[in-house]
Parts: sequence; C-alpha cells; structure tokens
Amino acid sequence: MTPDLECIDLTKRFGDTTAVKEVSFSVPPGSFFSILGPSGCGKTTIMRMIAGFLQPTSGDILIKGKSVLDVAPNKRPVNMVFQHLALFPMMNVADNIGYGLRRAGLPKAEITRKVGEVLDRIGLPGIGHRRVDELSGGQKQRVAIARCMVLEPDVLLLDEPLGALDLKLRERMKIELKALQADFDTTFVYITHDQSEALVMSDQIAVMNNGRFEQMGTARDLYYRPQTPFVAGFVGDSNRWSGRVERAEGDTLELRTENGLLIRGQAHGRALAPGSSAEIFVRPEAVRLSRNEGDLSAFDNRMSCRVTSLLFNAAASRVLVRDAESDGEIEVSLPQSGEFDGLSRGDEVHIGWSGDQANCFPAGAG
Amino acid sequence: MREGTRIGFILLVTPLLLWLTLLIVIPHIDMLLISLRERVGVGEYQFSAANYLTFLQEPLYLWTFLRTAVMSVTATLITLLVAFPVAYYIAKMAKGRVKSLLFLLCLVPFWVSELVRTFGWMILLRETGIVSSLLQYLGLVDGPVEMLYNDAAIMTGLVYTSMLFMVVPLITTLGSLDDAVIEAGYDLGGSGPSILREIIIPHAMPGIVSGCIVVFMLSLGNYLTPTMLGGKDSLWFTELIYSQFIVRFNWELGAAFGFVLLFLSSFIVWAMLRLTGQTLEKTMG
Repeated sequence: MTPDLECIDLTKRFGDTTAVKEVSFSVPPGSFFSILGPSGCGKTTIMRMIAGFLQPTSGDILIKGKSVLDVAPNKRPVNMVFQHLALFPMMNVADNIGYGLRRAGLPKAEITRKVGEVLDRIGLPGIGHRRVDELSGGQKQRVAIARCMVLEPDVLLLDEPLGALDLKLRERMKIELKALQADFDTTFVYITHDQSEALVMSDQIAVMNNGRFEQMGTARDLYYRPQTPFVAGFVGDSNRWSGRVERAEGDTLELRTENGLLIRGQAHGRALAPGSSAEIFVRPEAVRLSRNEGDLSAFDNRMSCRVTSLLFNAAASRVLVRDAESDGEIEVSLPQSGEFDGLSRGDEVHIGWSGDQANCFPAGAG
Repeated sequence: MREGTRIGFILLVTPLLLWLTLLIVIPHIDMLLISLRERVGVGEYQFSAANYLTFLQEPLYLWTFLRTAVMSVTATLITLLVAFPVAYYIAKMAKGRVKSLLFLLCLVPFWVSELVRTFGWMILLRETGIVSSLLQYLGLVDGPVEMLYNDAAIMTGLVYTSMLFMVVPLITTLGSLDDAVIEAGYDLGGSGPSILREIIIPHAMPGIVSGCIVVFMLSLGNYLTPTMLGGKDSLWFTELIYSQFIVRFNWELGAAFGFVLLFLSSFIVWAMLRLTGQTLEKTMG
C-alpha cells in the first residue's frame, strides 16, 4: 500500500544552521503519526515543508506517492491545524468551515450541506451562525479540525494544537482527537513537545532532536526500548548514571558508576565492551520500593537507602532516597496502595530493580 | 479618599471641558448666529437665511463645493490605494530593523512643516523645476513644461500630505492580523486575491475606515495645498471661506460656508460608515 505521506532525506538549511537533517519517514494511510521533540528541534520546519510554506533545501516529499515539491500550498492535498488554530475571526463558524469549499468553487447548496454534515460529525450541530470568539477552547479546536476535514485532505497536519488549552481540557481533547481521527479515517501528522500527547494518541512516534529523528516506533517501543540516550532521557523520566562497564555477558552488563555504585543493566544489542564508559538509565517507576529486604530477592539490583525527601504529586508521587553505599540520590515512584502512607524523611527503605529495566548506552552517543 | 478621587476627576475633566466650550462650542454657536443674520444697514442686522440662499443660488459656490467634495473623496481613495501596499509591507513583510526604518521614513517628511513640504513639490513641478529640466535634458520635450496649477498637482499634494494618516492606522490593524490566519487561508486553498478580499481587508476594515475619515477631513479642510499647487483658479471651498472672511470681509457668508462644509463632511463620513457597515465606536476604539 502506498503510504499517504513519505519524506525522503528531507533537509532544510537556514543560512549556516541546518534545521532539518536528512529526515526520512513514511506514514501509512489512516494512521496517527507524531513527531515529538523539544522546542527548536526542527519539527515545525518539517511540518511547514509538508504544508508547502517552506521549500526544502534537498530531499523529497511525496503524498500518495506523488512528489508535491512543485505544488503550491493552496493546491496541496494537505491541510493544517495551526498552533493557535488561526480561525478567521471575521467570519462565523459556517463561513470558516465553508471557506475552503467556496475556494474550490462548490455550489452554495452543497457547501451548506457539507458544513452541516461536518458540524454533526464533530458533535456541534447548529452552531454555524455563531461567531468564532463566542466558542469555548474545545469548540474552537473542533471547528479548526472540521474546517480542514471538510476538504477531505489526504493528510491532516496538526501543529501543537492543544498547547493553548488548560490541563483538564487538554486531557479530554487528547481522547477526542484520537476518536476524530478514527472517525474520519484520515492520516494525522501531529507535532508536539508534550510526550503524553504523543504517547496517548499516536500509532507511530518519531522522537526528534537537533534536526534528526532519534528513533521512530510505537509509544511502547520508545518507552521500554529507547535506542538512544536522548530518547531514554526525553520520553518519560529516568535516573541517570555515568559509569564504566566491568563485566559483559552477552547483553547483560555489570557497571560501576562514578560514585562507586555497582549496577546490572542491559545493552539491548548495543556494543558495550568491558572497560568502555556507558550511560545507564533507570525509570523511577521501574524501581520497587520496600520496607523489607526480603521482598526484593527477585531483583538483581538491590540497595538499602534512607528517604531524603518526599515529592508528593498525586499519582505521580516520588521519593528521593540516598543509598548508603555510594551516597548518590535515586528517584523512586511512590506506590499509592497505602503501604507507604506513613513514610517520612529519614526512614530506612530498600529498593531494587531488574537489570532488564536498566538501559545502557555507550557514553557520548548523543 | 472619595473626596480625593472627586477632586482628581474635576481636575482632569476641567481642561477638556474648557477646551470644548471655549474653542469648539462657543465659537460654533457664534458662527451659527453670524451665518443666520443679514446686514441691512450700518451696524444693523436681522435674522435671515439669506446667506444660505446665496450659497444655493450661486452656481460657482455650488460647483466649488461639489468639486471640493469629489476631489477629497478621490484623494482619499488614491491615498488608500497607495498606502495599503506600503502599510502591508511594513506590517507583515518587513522584519526587525527594516520595519522600524521604513516606518521612520514614512514619518520623516512630517518633521518639516506642511508649507515647506508643499514648496518642495513646487520646486519639482514648476516650469523651471527639476522634472521639467530633466525632461528637456533627456530630449523628451522641446520646451519647459508647467506641471503646477492643475488638478493633478493638487491631487499629488493632497495624497502626499495625507499618506502618514492612512499608513499609521493601517499598520496598526494589519499588524494585529496573525500571520497564521493568512497562512491558513492559503492552506485551505485560497489564492492571493481571495485572501486579500476575504481575510485581510475585512480584518483591516476599522483601520481603513478610520484612515479614510482622517484623510478625507484633512483634504476637505486643506487650504495650503490647493492654493499653492492649484494656483489662483484651484477653486477649493476653504479658499472661498477664506476670501469671504479676509478679503471680502463678509463674515456672514463665510460663516454660512463654514457650516455648509461642516454638514458636508459629517454627511460624507456618516455615509461612508453606513456603506462599510462600520460604527464610529468600532473604528475609533
């Protein structure tokens, strides 16, 4: 099946700086593809090149198998939901949605019918006569999507459209966006710096840094099997150590950190010979906390620690513990099962994690 | 505290009220009274509408009046056409220092008085002026060309004098238009002209209308430019008023002319607002 969107060795230079370096990817029809990266990583540049507002320095963009480099933005079969939505404030909702249809020269009756249909689909029937500034944030969001979807584009681009919404609404819109995508059965390309938006909604995620794709894969891949230290650090939280490999048995490693801690970890196929320096990432939620040393016998990394502080943040609460041996601080997720309700600063606890959960990378890999 | 606020309010409002009553309301009432009296003998006056009848009965007055109105409207439209691309470039396309520099360049001519600026045009356009000499030097014309003292010269002067007052409100309104809105227009299939018509102009409408009102008022009430660039026969309504007051010493007729002009400008501004569906609050606020 021809991918809906394909970028081949896409490069964009602005003067001396290269914003996008040889990025290649393809998005199968009907999927939700996200580009996740910190601000300034070049993700907006990619999006603007796909939409046609920027001309790539080199490389090609194919939509449904055809190169669109010579196609002007107003003729491309892609539409874009802008960061601040860019609804036309001088028009009402129906005129906003009908704008593209009017430009395509459709008869009036058909425009009215299509606008009505798409308003039904986004669950806002009968608001066509309203002014844009009378809508709530979530309604504006849906109108902006409807304005694009009514044109039945091959690919819908979304440029951090949830950024301006408050937290609760953002959570709801994530689910709604995913549902709309399934409903319209259109390919969505979504760019964001918010990992939870990307993880929740996407079929495929590309993590971008410094103009390059670091890794492309499903949300689970990125979270459990990061391929670069950047991805390990950017997606989810991690405890991070630098150390030296002491022993290697296949992919199973034993490493000594700079402050003398012995950690068992996994190389997951990366070349890490004994003696080489490495970076070790362990997620706080992969670490098991216990008051009783015996509970942790299944783990190959075990330590006795003292609680140095409690970071309460509802379901995402953490404990900072300092291990007796190396005096390093480790962040551990605090289970909310009631077991640790009485935990307080200075308490002695035991922690342990499985070596499989400790991702090791050659140092200086990125 | 309340007493303090009250005093502050009175202090702030007093200059405004003084200005309004002393310089606007009282003179206008007096002018109205003057325009409505007729001189019947030495120092003897009676109430009558004779001055307004004179205005209506004398074709030259009516003709000058109409000409002034049409020329002012034309000057306003030309100013809009010239200023819009300039303002669009400054507001949307120029960036950073270039933007401030261009804006400054629009402002620079206004650092000298209108009189000097108009003399500048006379130096350029007169028979022995720069343009005429250049044309002769290039061999395009045989003898000196007089480019002053015609309607085109008046129009040029009016547009030049009014440019800034059109450019500033346009830059302000165009600057408030989010670039993404224009891009969204292109993205959804709009072409340049359709985006201009459906997105940019509707957005800039308050700026267009307020700029037009100011330019129209300035042109209508302009005395210097038509007199200097149009010469003796320029037939501008403000010249008629001036000559009634100063040359003929007929204050009664001059005052009547003044009121006719006030009604004309108010009517045209009102009509313009109605025509474009704008309100004064929306344009000025």
